[in-house]
This record gives sequence, C-alpha cells and structure tokens, in this order.
Amino acid sequence: MAAAIELRHVTKRFLTPSGTAYTALRDLDLAVQDGEFCAVVGPTGCGKSTTLALISGLEPPSEGEVLVGGAPVQRVGRDVGYVFQADAVFPWKSVLDNVATGPRFRGIERREADERARDWIRRVGLAGFERYYPHQLSGGMRKRAALAQTLINEPRFLLMDEPFSALDVQTRTLMENELLQLWSATRASVVFVTHDLEEAIALADRVVVITAGPGTVKGVYRVDLPRPRNVAEIRFQPEFSRIYQEIWNDLRDEVLVSYERSKRVVS
Amino acid sequence: MVVLGFWEIGTTIDAIHKDGLWIDPFFYGRPSGIASQLSTWIQNGTAQGPLWLQIATTLEEAFLGFLIGVVLGVVFGVALGRVRLLSDVFAPYIKALNAMPRVVLGSIFIITIGYGIWSKVALAVVLVFFVVFFNAFQGVREVDRVLIANARILGASERQLSTHVILPSALSWILASLHTSFGFALVGAVVGEYLGAIHGIGLIIATAQATFNPNGVFAAMFILAVVALTAEVALTWLEGRLIKWRPNTLEVPRI
Repeated sequence: MAAAIELRHVTKRFLTPSGTAYTALRDLDLAVQDGEFCAVVGPTGCGKSTTLALISGLEPPSEGEVLVGGAPVQRVGRDVGYVFQADAVFPWKSVLDNVATGPRFRGIERREADERARDWIRRVGLAGFERYYPHQLSGGMRKRAALAQTLINEPRFLLMDEPFSALDVQTRTLMENELLQLWSATRASVVFVTHDLEEAIALADRVVVITAGPGTVKGVYRVDLPRPRNVAEIRFQPEFSRIYQEIWNDLRDEVLVSYERSKRVVS
Repeated sequence: MVVLGFWEIGTTIDAIHKDGLWIDPFFYGRPSGIASQLSTWIQNGTAQGPLWLQIATTLEEAFLGFLIGVVLGVVFGVALGRVRLLSDVFAPYIKALNAMPRVVLGSIFIITIGYGIWSKVALAVVLVFFVVFFNAFQGVREVDRVLIANARILGASERQLSTHVILPSALSWILASLHTSFGFALVGAVVGEYLGAIHGIGLIIATAQATFNPNGVFAAMFILAVVALTAEVALTWLEGRLIKWRPNTLEVPRI
C-alpha cells in the first residue's frame, strides 16, 4: 500500500531577517499510511509546524520531495484540511458563515453550503450558536468552530498544529475525545503535531519524535492501544505508561538540547 | 458657555464705554452679532444667493470628493498592498506626491477645470485619497497571516481571498481613516471655493473677510462645524453597522 503522505529527504531553509539561512528541517523522512493517525512530537522550535506547511503546500521544500496521495505537492491541495494552533476562524463572520466558508470557496451555492454547515455545527456541539461571532464564544467553542470549518470539506489528509494547546486541561480532554470520534467516521490520514507526549500517545497510531532544530526523525513508535479509546482513561493503562517511558527516553535528550540552546540565547 | 459669555460681555462693555476696550468687535465679532448674521442669512439669503444653496454646494463638493477619494484610495491601497510589484513601482511616486502641499493644487484645478464644483471636488479627492490610501495599504499589510493561510487551505481563489479575508480585515483601518478624511474633504471644498467659486461656504467666508465682517466668518465657521459633526455621527453609525462583528469595547468583559 502506498503511503498517503510521504516526505523524502526533505530539507527546509528559511531566510532570517538578518539575511542568514536558518535550517528548520534537515533530511526528514516521514510516511503516513492511509487512514493512519500519526502524531509528531518534538521540543519547541524543531520545525514541527514547518512540516505541516510543507505537506499542505503553503511552503515549498528547499530540497527533497513531498508526496500527498502519491503525487508531488505543487500547490495547496483540495483534499487537505489544516487546523491551526492560533485562532484561525474569521472574526467578521458568524459561526454559520465561518463553517460554510470552505464549501462556498469551492463553488457550492449558498443554500446547500449553509445546510451542510448547520449539520457540522451540530456535530461539533455548537447547535444554537450559528449566529454568534467568534469573539462572543469561549476558546473551546472557537476551536470547535475551527474543527467544523475544516472537517466540512471532508479532507482526506488532516493536518493539525497543536490545535488544543491553548485550551484548559478539561476542555482539552473533551475535545480530544470528540476529535477521535469525528475522525473515526471520516478515516482521514492525520498528522497531529504536538509537544505533549501524553496527548500524542492517547490519540495516535504512531508517534514520530523529531530532534531539536534542525528537525529530523529521531525515532518512530507504534502505539498498539485498542480503539475506540477514551482519552481520559487510557492514561491509566500499563501499556500506556510503558510506551510513554520508551518514547520519553528519546525525547528527553532533545528537550534538554533545545532547553540548553534557549538558555544560551537568553544569556 | 463661559467663553461665549465672556466674549459677548467683553464686546458689549466695549460698545458702551469707548475707552474700556476689552475685546474689539470690529476684529473679533460678537456672539449675538454672529447669531443675527445667521438669522439674516437664513431669512434673506447671502450676497451669493440663498444660504441653503451655499451649504448644498459645499456639501455636494465635499461628498463627491469624499466618495471618489475613498473609492480610489481603497482600490489603490488594496492593489498595492496585495501586489508587491505594484507597490515597489508606485510607492516612490505616491510618497513624493504626498509630501507636496496639496492645497496648492487648488489653484491649478481652478485654472484647468474652472469655477464650477468639479475643481473643488478634484481638490477634495486629492486630499482624501492619500489618507484613505495609506490606511488601506497598511490595513492590507497587517492582515493576520494565519487567516490568509486558513483561507487558502479552505480553497479560496485570489479574488475570494481579497473579498472574504483582506477587505474585511482592512476595513477597520479604512473606516478609521474615514473620520479624518471627511474633514479633509470639507477642507478641500472650502479652500477650493475660497480660491474662486460661484457658490459655497468658502466663498461666503472669502466675501466676509473682504468686507471686514468677522461675524460672517464666524457664522460660516459655525455652519461648517455643524456639517462636520453631522457627518461624524453618520460615519460612526456606518462604522457600527459595517463592523458589528468587532467586540464592543464598552461591553463588560466576559469571564
């Protein structure tokens, strides 16, 4: 079976404002199977978000190849969904208009787009808030709206960039469970970027650890916990702790490297 | 009120006691004189014709100049803000034009376009354009990059990106500039009339000045202030309608 998303020897450099090149990713290899939930974990600033920008087509790689659905990425793909870390819902659109944006952009007429948007708003538990503007909602509700906005396009490839990092712990657990539920209905291939190892293990089929920048793959770990999972309870299983320990041994070194570097920058 | 009272009493005392000059009404006018000047204008019309015609002329010039200037400013601002090449090519020219004191263009417009309303409209357009242009340009540059990325992922074409993301986002900047720019439109209209016109408040001021009639100048200023305030209220209302999505700063913060 061909991989749904594949990065081959990908290197990405950015030009810093001072004019020097900054290497965010170096010789990164990553393959995500069809319908697989893959979590990418790494210390701050290791190029996790850059990986997603490359897969989505927002940024071209400096070297190497990025394949999505078997074809090299040329532009922003139609089958790609992206949930951003920051608030990305449009503040000047109501919840209904926000969720209906994707279908409207894709040329579906207003009435049908609204109907589908209503359905998705209900699925993410925002029924009754269709006419609200984002600033009138809580952070968790805005995230739900963002999820509906992305999922309504029925992406085959779902990219998520620390989507729940700004939420409080309780809301976060709730949202993680809901994400798993919604995902199990779509079976999209997911790349879920996070710095939280617990979140990664609880959600994913596979966890990829990235080294401190320039990012490259340090290790890949299978998570053989049964589905459907309950994120709140899965943490207490002995298998969970075993995997956690195994991955943490690798991750710890990278976190320390990244921490030492940030100290050096400060001092 | 205190200033008005002091002004009135100062000028009155002066009128009774010729030696006790507080404020000379010959130079500074007098509130009651201004009021009677206003009522004369309203009842009998001005030297240039009925008062409403002067106000209507000035308003027409200011509004036309305002509308054209705003549309041009938004179009150019958004275009240059979106397309790097355009801004690189045109930015030096626009900066040079902006640095020029644009009021002097009024004389040229009157020579080329004539004494009618269009020379004043042209002056108002030039004054309004730059204010709106720079705000629209900046507004486009300040659009949240995450929102642009999100719109692209959701499938937006370049045009949809402009109408759904960039314009609404720049709108708060543009609307903020409208308050200042309507003032500039009025300045353009009045200065244009001052330089040479057939009707208008600027012409009334010029006539009053020529005949040493300070009450006339103040009365015309009063009319302009009322016009500007009315426009301000209308613009604030429009702003509220157009960006009702923005959190109301007066609202009690939600917990």
